[in-house]
Amino acid sequence: MLSQRQLALILVAPGLLLVAALFLYPLGFSLISAFTKPDGSLTLDWFAKAYELYSTDIVFTVVIVLASCGLTALAAIVIAGTLTLGENPWIVGTLKALYRWPLFIPFIVAAQCMRTFLAKNGLMNNTFVSLGLMEPLSAVSYLDWRGIIATFVWKQTPFVALLLAGALASIDRATLEAGRNLGASRVRVLVELALPQVMPTLLVALVLSFVTMLSVLSVPMMVAGSQPTMLTVDMAFRINSYGDYATANALGVITYLISAGAAILYLKRGLSKEAAP
Amino acid sequence: MIRLASAARATLAAALLAAFAFVLIGPLANLALWSVAERWYTPFKLPVTYGTRYWEQVFRPTGDAMASLGTSVWIAVLTVVVALALSIPAGYALARLKLPMRALFMVMFLLPQAFPSVAIYINVARVFYQIGINGTVFAVVLVHAAHGLVYSVWIAAAAFAAVDKDLELAARNIGASPLRAFFTVTLPLAAPGIIASGIFVFLESLDEFTGTFFVGVPQVTTLPLLLYNAAMGGNYQVASITALILLVPSVLFMLFIERFLRADVLAKVGA
Repeated sequence: MLSQRQLALILVAPGLLLVAALFLYPLGFSLISAFTKPDGSLTLDWFAKAYELYSTDIVFTVVIVLASCGLTALAAIVIAGTLTLGENPWIVGTLKALYRWPLFIPFIVAAQCMRTFLAKNGLMNNTFVSLGLMEPLSAVSYLDWRGIIATFVWKQTPFVALLLAGALASIDRATLEAGRNLGASRVRVLVELALPQVMPTLLVALVLSFVTMLSVLSVPMMVAGSQPTMLTVDMAFRINSYGDYATANALGVITYLISAGAAILYLKRGLSKEAAP
Repeated sequence: MIRLASAARATLAAALLAAFAFVLIGPLANLALWSVAERWYTPFKLPVTYGTRYWEQVFRPTGDAMASLGTSVWIAVLTVVVALALSIPAGYALARLKLPMRALFMVMFLLPQAFPSVAIYINVARVFYQIGINGTVFAVVLVHAAHGLVYSVWIAAAAFAAVDKDLELAARNIGASPLRAFFTVTLPLAAPGIIASGIFVFLESLDEFTGTFFVGVPQVTTLPLLLYNAAMGGNYQVASITALILLVPSVLFMLFIERFLRADVLAKVGA
């Protein structure tokens, strides 16, 4: 007769095996491949090559992802704050109906939308010209770093705003009302009373967004094709054009390092929730 | 004076809301316009001629889109089957049974979400290539299922944790075997959450691009790959129509998710 522990392990094992085979093994492989020569000796050559060829892209990737996370956080705070503390039912209702739309839209669809919307003759510039806000000659294409950031913020804001609005709705209203009664503006109540209470939620949502943005291949490929570009595109290029796994894996290890801080925060949160009764 | 100020504030708020709506809806409107634009070139601000020619081309039974849609749906269905077959037992064990190192196992299922995935996928593709399964539906399903397990295991564990233990005990007291109690009481009560996780895995698989890009090419063409090829080839109409097809399940999901995923289950995700 099986003990309960043995039964539990047997039930969990198949899922764990899949994760081990398709995540842990390739992760280990990428680490080994990035640090070894074909003859098996340890080396940092691949990192030197990655740095030499792609140092601009490394900086570009970090800047894009950080800027996108910052703008996403700002937009999400404005939306979630308005939803929670807004007093005009018409504005709150419209915002509520609108803000969630990009939530389940795939990145590749978002990329295709932005590819046409932000182009030199895209709907955005055309609308500005039609409204008389811009001269036709001053229209420029945003299909570069700005396009990538715009796509990331457009796609991730609803996710962060949804989690944040949920957290804001569940905090004690009495303190917020008290703040209002004492004469604090709504912005002040949001920033000084409400936000500190929901910081953990905001942080987790941003960490998830950070790692997601670092993993997306379609957006940088479709929205901004030229140099500089993001590390995901460089990795795909090293593999598809040269079959150069060593340098691609060195770039991979660099993306792990970029996300390491974020990943530790996320996993710690997962563990602390686990440890809680 | 106060009325003037409040009117100005209301106008400002309305303007901001309109700008927000434009930013949010504009890209989607552009997509919809391209899908019915037969000719659209500069300096025209709107399509020159409208029509459904490209829709007919895409939906022609011999068209690539129908074949890709079929492949996408088939892969998504298989992915759900694999993910649920693995996550129902795992979720039950994590929620109900005494498991040594439970926290570690929960985090193991989170790990794939905590790392940028491109570097993982290129090495999976290399291994699959060595064992000769790269470019098969089987390989794509495995990659999608591993990705989907993060959601399905955590949601399944939450769904089982939300089932009242007393109901199971009651079934056992009137003589049901553990297996019978599971299949007649626990599983049906956890079903809404598990169905929701299945829908989630289905959609993730339908939308997945990066893994398929490395593991599926050149033999397996899903809708996202078709969309990518059409967009990079400059065929904005086909790309936009494919994108709209991909939007349908996502929008339906958004409208229906609240029916499946109850608040008490959501609250227990990760608990």
